[in-house]
Amino acid sequence: MSVNYGSKRVVTGAHYGIRDWLVQRVTATLMALFTVALLAQVILSSGPIGYEVWAGIFAAQWMKFLTFGVILALHWHAWVGVRDIWMDYVKPAAIRLTLHVLTLVWLVGCAGWAYSVLWKL
Amino acid sequence: MTELSKKRPEFRNINAFKDLTTYRMTAAAWVSILHRVSGLLMCLLLPLVVWLFDMSLTSELSYERFTAAFDSGIGFVPGLLVKLVLLVLIWGYLHHFIAGVRHLYMDMTHSVSKEFGKSSASVTLVLSLGLTVVLGAKLFGLY
Repeated sequence: MSVNYGSKRVVTGAHYGIRDWLVQRVTATLMALFTVALLAQVILSSGPIGYEVWAGIFAAQWMKFLTFGVILALHWHAWVGVRDIWMDYVKPAAIRLTLHVLTLVWLVGCAGWAYSVLWKL
Repeated sequence: MTELSKKRPEFRNINAFKDLTTYRMTAAAWVSILHRVSGLLMCLLLPLVVWLFDMSLTSELSYERFTAAFDSGIGFVPGLLVKLVLLVLIWGYLHHFIAGVRHLYMDMTHSVSKEFGKSSASVTLVLSLGLTVVLGAKLFGLY
């Protein structure tokens, strides 16, 4: 069933990208805050930054918790962004679908790898 | 219709090589396209970032491999190339970060005037390129 909103917009029931729009902003905010928090920990650490200090930052359970959230946010953000690029420039459906699938495989693989790095520490 | 509006070129099916080269790119246009370019580049380089994350965290031994990557390289890739790729990553992150904050700020404050678009785009370009030079100099051991 279609409903008119205003004089031009016909709403037919599909989603209009508001979710992706919001996801992109929420994940961006999370990553920006994480960047500042990580930088602060590096800058406020005492002595030269070697393995001990660096690994120490990520070894804390709460930091793993946060970092994992940010890893997921980063990959979700990358999916929305790269998908936008393919949708804008690649018109043939077969090529576009292939690129979408390759992007997903690429991102899921990287996310899994990053997750394992974090939790073997 | 006035004389001026009649003379404006009209682009229908835009040809990337014939039409795009005649565009006068404003600062905001540069920020916009570079936001895409940097995002795609970072997505492509993601395995390298995760590898660096892996090496830097797993053990003292892998940490040494991590620091050595910038001098003696990774496998057949020379250290200089690793540094150059990292410089691209640094620029990409800085540009994407600053342009992203600009987006968020515009969304929150509804700053959609032509003047703000122009000035904030210039600030984005100057900041991201300036910080890239500063961090790049550190990366290449200039200070």
